[in-house]
Amino acid sequence: MKFGIVRFPGSCDDVDALEAARRVCDAELLWHQDRDLKGADAVIIPGGFSYGDYLRCGAIARFAPVMDAVAEFASDGGLVLGICNGFQVLCEAGLLPGALLPNTSLRFVFRQVRLELADPDTPFTRVCPATLSIPVKHTTGRYYSPDPVHVLLRYAPGENPNGSQDDIAGVCNEQGNVFGLMPHPEHAVDPLTGSTDGLTIFESIRAHVGDRALIH
Amino acid sequence: MRARVLVRPKQGILDPQGQAVQRALPALGFEGVGDVRIGRLIELEVADPAQLPAMCERLLVNPLIEDYEIVEAAGAPASPLNGGAIGG
Repeated sequence: MKFGIVRFPGSCDDVDALEAARRVCDAELLWHQDRDLKGADAVIIPGGFSYGDYLRCGAIARFAPVMDAVAEFASDGGLVLGICNGFQVLCEAGLLPGALLPNTSLRFVFRQVRLELADPDTPFTRVCPATLSIPVKHTTGRYYSPDPVHVLLRYAPGENPNGSQDDIAGVCNEQGNVFGLMPHPEHAVDPLTGSTDGLTIFESIRAHVGDRALIH
Repeated sequence: MRARVLVRPKQGILDPQGQAVQRALPALGFEGVGDVRIGRLIELEVADPAQLPAMCERLLVNPLIEDYEIVEAAGAPASPLNGGAIGG
């Protein structure tokens, strides 16, 4: 299978996401002006500061030509993973419920956090351990939704770095094929940086897409 | 016409910027300050003001977390020249 990683002007974690994805299968960068996904079996919207994050984080990126292809891919059931700024982009695009607000501390936070798996039975989490250690690094990560949402990851008790509602770190859409999270799994794939727990999200996606390929 | 769009955090949305300012003002001796909310002011020239609500809903505002108000900015673009007191 192949991951497609979207690169916007201002993306900065695209190469880490590419390298992380390549640890489990094939992966390729997609340019924001591309109108197709080059045959990707799953799409990653990476972290960074797309289009300078002007107006609101992710507000401009959702109008990029590639996002039309991503929305169509998602509506056909394709797996889409949004990390940090990618999570913000997916919320702004309406592919995920809710919004990301400035951290209650008004500070940039950059630290390793403990996460608890809230739903192990999804395409994104099926091989994840019950708790994960993954870094966060953001200023606008306070998740808010006025409606109930399908939570996949929560900050462990006492770990909430941003004031997020109900300690929410990651949510998926109703159909279960679009997942956004503030922590950076692509930065936790090598023992050198302290944890390889992030790799399990990439492995989960590979396992799910692999199974689906066998069925069809 | 020249329009102003005033964007505010929705009621019930925690506004840490407003809270920080609310704490800072009494420290400067200004008493009796409450419920500070910090939003955004967008000024723009528009040929068709009827399109402003759609512009707000689709891009300028995130209706989930923000309220907006459209105000006509009379005359020349707002600047300190027609604004009375000019700060240092």
